[in-house]
Amino acid sequence: MAKQFVKGNEAIVKGAILAGCRAYYGYPITPASEIAHAAALYMPLVGGTFLQAESEIAAINMVYGASGTGIRAMTASSSPGFSLKQEGMSYLAGAELPCVVVDIMRGGPGLGNIAPEQSDYNQVVKGGGHGNYKNIVVAPDSAQEMCDLTMLAFDLADKYRNPAVVLADGFIGQMMEPVDFPEPVEEFAEKKWAIRGVDGDRMNLISSIELDPDDLERHNQKLQRKYEIIENSETRFEEYRLDDADFIVIGYGIVSRMVHTAVDQLRIEGVKVGMLRPITLMPFPTRRITELAAMDHVKAFSVIELSNGQMVDDVRLAVNGAKPVEFYGRMGGNVPSIKELVHEIKRMMRVL
Amino acid sequence: MSVKILGKSEGFYDTYERRPGNNQEQTHYCPGCGHGILHKMIAEALTDYEVAENCIFVSPVGCSVFAYYYFNAGNIQAAHGRAPAVATGVKRALPESIVISYQGDGDLAAIGGNEILHAANRGEAMTVFFVNNAIYGMTGGQMAPTTLIGQKTTTTPYGRTLQNEGYPMRMAEIIASLESPVYVERVMLADVRSKNAARKAVRRGIKNQIEKKGFSFIEVLSTCPTGWKMTAPQSEEWIKSTLMQNFPLGVFKDIAQQVEPLDLTQNLASPARVPKLIGLEQDKLKFDTTSMKLSETIDQEIKIAGFGGQGVLSLGVWLSEIGMREDLEVSWIPSYGPEMRGGTANCHVKLSREPIGSPLVTHPTVLVAMNRPSLEKFEGDVIEGGAILWDSSLIDIEPKRDDIIRIPIPATEIAKELGNTKTSNVVILGVLAGYSDFLDPMVVQQVLPLIFKKRHLLEINLKAFQKGLELGRQISA
Repeated sequence: MAKQFVKGNEAIVKGAILAGCRAYYGYPITPASEIAHAAALYMPLVGGTFLQAESEIAAINMVYGASGTGIRAMTASSSPGFSLKQEGMSYLAGAELPCVVVDIMRGGPGLGNIAPEQSDYNQVVKGGGHGNYKNIVVAPDSAQEMCDLTMLAFDLADKYRNPAVVLADGFIGQMMEPVDFPEPVEEFAEKKWAIRGVDGDRMNLISSIELDPDDLERHNQKLQRKYEIIENSETRFEEYRLDDADFIVIGYGIVSRMVHTAVDQLRIEGVKVGMLRPITLMPFPTRRITELAAMDHVKAFSVIELSNGQMVDDVRLAVNGAKPVEFYGRMGGNVPSIKELVHEIKRMMRVL
Repeated sequence: MSVKILGKSEGFYDTYERRPGNNQEQTHYCPGCGHGILHKMIAEALTDYEVAENCIFVSPVGCSVFAYYYFNAGNIQAAHGRAPAVATGVKRALPESIVISYQGDGDLAAIGGNEILHAANRGEAMTVFFVNNAIYGMTGGQMAPTTLIGQKTTTTPYGRTLQNEGYPMRMAEIIASLESPVYVERVMLADVRSKNAARKAVRRGIKNQIEKKGFSFIEVLSTCPTGWKMTAPQSEEWIKSTLMQNFPLGVFKDIAQQVEPLDLTQNLASPARVPKLIGLEQDKLKFDTTSMKLSETIDQEIKIAGFGGQGVLSLGVWLSEIGMREDLEVSWIPSYGPEMRGGTANCHVKLSREPIGSPLVTHPTVLVAMNRPSLEKFEGDVIEGGAILWDSSLIDIEPKRDDIIRIPIPATEIAKELGNTKTSNVVILGVLAGYSDFLDPMVVQQVLPLIFKKRHLLEINLKAFQKGLELGRQISA
């Protein structure tokens, strides 16, 4: 199919429609609004629904209703909007409804600003709403991955009957790059659990209420087993120049692209540094990081985020004290330059 | 068709198997509660109109949270107040089904006030039953938005006051004030006569949906003997003596017979048709790249800055489109948000033979400045030996640095001579193609028709490009 030069935010919608999504409910917010614009443009052309909801809360609940009927449905927002959606996320997870939610992260807390941050990691990867649940989370680093990982998110959401979040930032959403769009998905597994209004299909129920503590505990245990299966089979990550690396830098999304360039520059100087980029944040590449931490040539890790240090907690749990874990973060919408990253990585290496 | 008042309707399950415990014959509602009566009326209507099998029932939060124990329909349970939003998602996905949103006064009038107003205002083709008993039953008898002035509840132990809580909300009147709803009525469950009227309203609300007439809203004044601390007969009496005085019964709106049925047909495209529909067909244009003479040594990092409306962002996109067709790695990122709307705009473009790491351009190889503030702001960032192109017809200063290549372009003046000042960015594109070695004029000329689809625009922009190209070649020579 055609290679097109598109914004990351637009690539999401085209990918979603190729993946069979036929319902988009959303509320405009910078820097995610282009997703709503593209959905408003394209959904009617394929007979799908686009509706600008009265609020983020209404939007996620419309997705809940649409998804309950078995169709592929999505919404998108940016950080303050995602906070509002948390109630719905918990209900979707509790009722085991698949859906895709995009979060184009911006600066916080509060109104913050519209520049890129990665400070939603905790509220997205750790669940965020009430209850013992987790979202599947994918973290694209390019316009191409905005398309590809959105399509993957729909597949994983359906496969595990679980909400999946595409977690990107203002830069990945706003930047334009060439995207090779894949062929449309033609076949979908039947959803026997979906509520339908058709003859002879009764007893179907979508609910997250379990009054009996034993029943609710069993439901929770079932969810935990599901997350374990996801962790065992769906972890995705990219490794770059790790074979002989003394020092491993971990970053996702926009940060990983900068780290990539910084690693190349440091390698020219003879510094043995490499990068690990989590592509899925839930499941997190815990096992791989633990393996790397056990390797003799690996001296230390560094995590770089556009936040106060949120993913670094998961890296520390994976490394489990085997090697030092350093952190460098920028906040408020500031993005480090390559020069700054090279300098900081060297500084962190000297500390060790 | 028979109207069964006492028997169990087919709209109900025979046995309430979803109800935990041993009592699966009766509902969980308290004796004298109005929910059971209203449930029965709805179930009977669904059965009599033969739509029970085609119904999707949205259960709310409140005492009727377990409505799905009883209704032999597709059941979906919603978060507190969100039933109209959930029902919207259901109805839009399954427009042929009969969607019922059933809500209490806290759910609909308090926490879900926004959802109900907007579902009603959109005229969603659904039926809403609003049970108003002036109190929160399930959570323990707290104040509802419909609690009366002076009424004692667990959160208004001294009685609701005007000063503290305001007046009770009359939802039927509020909904009826909107344009879209086709039918709004308030009924009560107090005596045989009022229940007969209520039954009629229930049936009309459902029939409207069967006839695709839009949004119907039935408010039902209902009993809560437990919350009111009354017996069942006392409760029915209180509806008549007090509640009804504050919430007048009647039809507040009925235009169902005057409106045309909604067209709810879905035209879902098959997956195979999708690429064409969303503009992803194969790019049929073949580019002749044999004559390309790209720079072998330098990756271009370009910053373009100026006023909003000068085509600053577009110029960046075009450069990237051209680079993509020259098989380069390309990226483009704008300044975005309010600063864009505030007047100044800039974008960063990278053209590279290697995959692009950061899309940000901190030290441009080429700066295109289309207004004075941009030249002043970014001049210092340009790398040594880099180039600054500026619109000399708009900028009355020159760059201070002498370690860069200086290319003044009277772009706006040239564009004005051509008859359209908006082509000044294409003039600059031409200069870049004529002067530098990273843009192939042949490729640019093949890309321009993709950008300017209207013939007159293409003509003037091709001229602008040619002018710029000549100027760039002169400077280069």
